[in-house]
Amino acid sequence: MKDPPELQLVALRVYDASAYVTKLERNMAASARTLVFRALSDSTRNIHHVSRCRIKHLCCRAGITGCRGYSDSTEGKSTHFGFQTVPEEEKAEKVYKVFENVAKKYDVMNDAMSLGIHRLWKDTLLHTMNPQPGLRLLDTAGGTGDISFRFLEYTRSMYDRQQRLRAKSHQTPSWQDIADHYVSDKAGPPQSRAVVCDINKEMLKVGKQRAEKAGITTGLSWVVGDAEELPFDDDQFDIYTIAFGIRNVTHIEQALQEALRVLKPGGRFMCLEFSKVTNPLLTRLYDAYSFQMIPVVGEVIAGDWKSYQYLVESIRKFPDQETFKEMIEDAGFFCVQYFNLTGGIVAIHSGFKL
Amino acid sequence: MSKVAGVIVNHSTMDLEYLSLLTVIAVSGFEPQELSLSLLHSVLTGQQYTSSDSKQYDGRLYPSHIPTSSVQKAVLALGSGVAALKNPYRHDMVAVLGETTGHQALIKLRNRMRNDPEGYTILKERPRIRLSTLDLTGMSALPDGTLGREYLHFLEENRVTPDSRADVKFVDDEELAYVMQRYREVHDLLHTLLNMPTNMLGEVVVKMFEAAQTGLPMCVLGATLGPLRLSVSRLQLLVQSLGPWALRNGGRARCFLSIFYERRWEQNLDELRHELNIEPPPVNLIPSIKNTSSNS
Repeated sequence: MKDPPELQLVALRVYDASAYVTKLERNMAASARTLVFRALSDSTRNIHHVSRCRIKHLCCRAGITGCRGYSDSTEGKSTHFGFQTVPEEEKAEKVYKVFENVAKKYDVMNDAMSLGIHRLWKDTLLHTMNPQPGLRLLDTAGGTGDISFRFLEYTRSMYDRQQRLRAKSHQTPSWQDIADHYVSDKAGPPQSRAVVCDINKEMLKVGKQRAEKAGITTGLSWVVGDAEELPFDDDQFDIYTIAFGIRNVTHIEQALQEALRVLKPGGRFMCLEFSKVTNPLLTRLYDAYSFQMIPVVGEVIAGDWKSYQYLVESIRKFPDQETFKEMIEDAGFFCVQYFNLTGGIVAIHSGFKL
Repeated sequence: MSKVAGVIVNHSTMDLEYLSLLTVIAVSGFEPQELSLSLLHSVLTGQQYTSSDSKQYDGRLYPSHIPTSSVQKAVLALGSGVAALKNPYRHDMVAVLGETTGHQALIKLRNRMRNDPEGYTILKERPRIRLSTLDLTGMSALPDGTLGREYLHFLEENRVTPDSRADVKFVDDEELAYVMQRYREVHDLLHTLLNMPTNMLGEVVVKMFEAAQTGLPMCVLGATLGPLRLSVSRLQLLVQSLGPWALRNGGRARCFLSIFYERRWEQNLDELRHELNIEPPPVNLIPSIKNTSSNS
């Protein structure tokens, strides 16, 4: 299908800028094309304006990153692994090894490092999400399944509450109502389904054991997959979450593109991640605690200083709230907002695919 | 400065190393660890030798080195102690406990080694005991009763390998780190010398010997807490004969780290024991191994 000339120009600029990675090229061209088609097919002036701004923004951003890409395209591209610089191909492997080593003690370490506060963060994510029963969740970098377990619990208790409310309002049902009720209930409650996707098999193994122990059997799937290249079709999920995972991805933009692809129109993207602390006193305390204590606790509990050193350094390397918000907008999400938790130590970013 | 002038040839002057080390640490990612910087300062100004390789390990003194502040060391010592007591199979925790608490003892050990000519050679040449460096076929061809043959016997019988020793991480001095590493790698040889198996009783006896010889807090802790896990009969054996023997010999024997084992594989084991001033053990706990504690 041939694009009209003005759209070709746009696509060309995008191609130009992203010449350094073919996959990125394809995705960016694809997203530019979809954006542009959306702009064409929508008659509302408002959306036109927004998408045009988005394309311009996309090109500006692509232009900046493209220049960097040109200078690096001659030698192998390198990226950060904590405070070290490593070739891009190596980063994924090193991250895999880190999580392979810490998988068994991951949950214990989370409790020890955050003094249990990570549970509150994850609960807040679920409350912000407020999922209705019957939705499909993709929990990327889901690892040991914390978000998925909470999702299933939340939707099930919400379903129970809704049933109770419905029963309360039908205090004196007629015989016809009761008969209808029997018919509708045969179908069963709408099944909420959660898919836990992680690149690391050890983490999924630990997650499966936890699910068995907790007795969660239905509605949960475990899939090995790369956030930069998800093994799912387009428009599959109602909600996409990535909790404390996206900073370990080598190409964050690609992960965001994939998130956009697998979400249904109207679907929500949610990201829970460590972010920049704004309060300077809290920053000093937080830094001292992170660099002094966390590797020590990692050594004692998990026997692995280096992995926890990496985890702490990778937090510092992740972009701050505003920059990440822009990255999400560039990927094509709308109504992007973020909420700071615990003074900015953690932030929830949310966006919609429209 | 140094007693032996020849060694200075291998090391650059202290001031240059000190400055370069500080600069490397300052520009690397360890800035938040201001406390560790001051510790390094005190360690460096106190010692005589610094490694000329500090630059190549970007601020660390040896490949497996992780610089830590005194606060971190304290927490590590406490945490690893608790973890090792709760789960004695966590050898890495025992190792960390030894490293974080053993600074003074390591200095004394190192000085003892330096004053012994053979020990001094070891400190200079830095031999490592690893399966890849041992000539296994040559050693197995040696006659029974020699150090090499008995050592191999011991490794086979107990199904252990010298490669399973963890690397030293938290010692902030390159030479002391080597002394610690050597102590770990020589442990199996000590079992052979003392003719002790790797069960709990044998390990406690060896720990008592090591505690008497080295004074490492981790050895002392192991020697005092280990007997609590023994059965009554074994405890009796320990208290009556093996324990006093181990402590007595630990005190009077030559420093076991100052022996260049790699050059003594052909030496007869009894002769070696005599040279080191170690009496044969009063009870033979390893009946399958040739009884070298007979009157010879």
